[in-house]
Amino acid sequence: MSPVTRGFQHLRRAPAAEAGRVPPGQHVVGDFPVLSAGPTPHTPLEDWTFSVTQDGQMRESWTWAELQALPAETITADIHCVTRWSKLGTQWRGVPVDVLLEAAGYDAPYVLAFCDGGYTTNLPVEDVTGGKAWVAFDYDGGPLPPEHGGPARLLVPHLYFWKSAKWVRGLELRDHDAPGFWETYGYHMYGDPWKEERYAGD
Amino acid sequence: MERRAVRGRLTWQVATVTSVTQETGSVVTIALDPADWPGHRAGQHLDVRLTADDGYTAERSYSIASAPGEPVAITVERLEDGEVSPYLTEELRAGDKLELRGPIGGYFVWEPADGGPLMLLAGGSGVVPLRSILRHRRRTGSDVPARLLYSARTLPDVIYRGELDQDHDGAQVIYTLTRSQPPGWTGHTGRLDQALLAEAAWAGEANPLAFICGPTSFVETAAAGLVGLGYPPERVKTERFGATGGR
Amino acid sequence: MDALDGNAIGGLLIDVFGAEMTAARSTCATCGDSRPVAELVVYRQAPGTVVRCRTCGSVLMVFVRAHGAIDTDLTGLASLSQPDRPLSGEQWLACRTSTQARIGQVGPTR
Repeated sequence: MSPVTRGFQHLRRAPAAEAGRVPPGQHVVGDFPVLSAGPTPHTPLEDWTFSVTQDGQMRESWTWAELQALPAETITADIHCVTRWSKLGTQWRGVPVDVLLEAAGYDAPYVLAFCDGGYTTNLPVEDVTGGKAWVAFDYDGGPLPPEHGGPARLLVPHLYFWKSAKWVRGLELRDHDAPGFWETYGYHMYGDPWKEERYAGD
Repeated sequence: MERRAVRGRLTWQVATVTSVTQETGSVVTIALDPADWPGHRAGQHLDVRLTADDGYTAERSYSIASAPGEPVAITVERLEDGEVSPYLTEELRAGDKLELRGPIGGYFVWEPADGGPLMLLAGGSGVVPLRSILRHRRRTGSDVPARLLYSARTLPDVIYRGELDQDHDGAQVIYTLTRSQPPGWTGHTGRLDQALLAEAAWAGEANPLAFICGPTSFVETAAAGLVGLGYPPERVKTERFGATGGR
Repeated sequence: MDALDGNAIGGLLIDVFGAEMTAARSTCATCGDSRPVAELVVYRQAPGTVVRCRTCGSVLMVFVRAHGAIDTDLTGLASLSQPDRPLSGEQWLACRTSTQARIGQVGPTR
């Protein structure tokens, strides 16, 4: 370890949470760090759609207004970033992915989430259904800010937060699990924070 | 152009802080005595690494404020939501040890042999590497024409003002104050724009060599503006800081 | 968070390539834009460092620190040229390049 710097405190670290709530290797923060691999997109809501596709075919699609008309839930979740910060008790509002996939009909084992700006991430369908994932458009009582993925992002809190794709525009149903953006560059295909599945080979 | 070799891998070393000098209300200059400093070029930077007692580390890059041949110094601005700058500007004191590595950079550097005329554009704390360039120009007795256009929020926010206001062998300094001006101010006001550049920058026909440093938005505006005045893009060198949190 | 430029990763590039690289000339494999690495668009606040073309936004370089090494992907680059000195990668370096990439003396490819 590097020599400790006199008087330098880890300011953003929040008090330790109760045991069992923070995965190994993580520390709790009070702010909400912004991480991005590219510029913040700004798709106008009138042009925004969310699609479920398969084999290049559109199975179902929603405009912003149509998404807003779907049954939405309030979610409180702990989120864990692979860069080792965790934020507890975050509040969201969004449409369960179950609702979207059921409307589209699906029989594939995997999805690839795709986003404005070209970001992608892969997940098993099992991990975005059964009440485990949402398309979230509100955060902390207000509209999701662009730097945090607004107008809407995928929210999959049980996996590392790079799987909660910002600026999500749809899910592509797939027969095989193919690596998305960070998975291609060496991150884990699944990303379970409780098993510290950060990088390929973990 | 003389180039200094990078000695193999860049390694972290410990430097003793020899002084911390207040430049403005939120800016300090930290003079350093590294264990093994190979010397530096005007415009280069160094990386600083801080380690908390829980093992958490934070790294930041800071431009070197001193000229080649002078003791190494960095100038740091306290950023409101900063994680590192509040420590460096308010807690650090002479006698402390700081981990650093450097010097770093081979693009945003100037030697007298590179010529000019030099057009330097500073946005806020972007003035730091440009001051190293101006000091190097002065210390080497270079007669390359030089002009600094320095955008700051207010006059008290101008870093190195006493030094800049002296006539340095013909280096001209032009300020623009963007947020407020002292009574009787006859200088420029408002953010950098094409009109100010047309008035204050060397003409494109002079084939100037430009160095622009500051927040990303300032650099983009300035670089586009100079190219718009006819500066060849390859003679417009840029170094961007983030809008928050420095580099 | 604003993007930075290649100056901000000068230290990282020395870790990877063993040499100063911000003045090296990069060429984008997607649009052909050619400029010093220092002028590329850099996103550092991420699980890895992503370097993009200033003209077309394509990803040129990605650096991920994992398992004690820096995993480097240069597949977005058509070429990277450093005229003045040979490159020496002392650290373990795994470079994935496209079949069309001419990376010169970056080091062994996996």
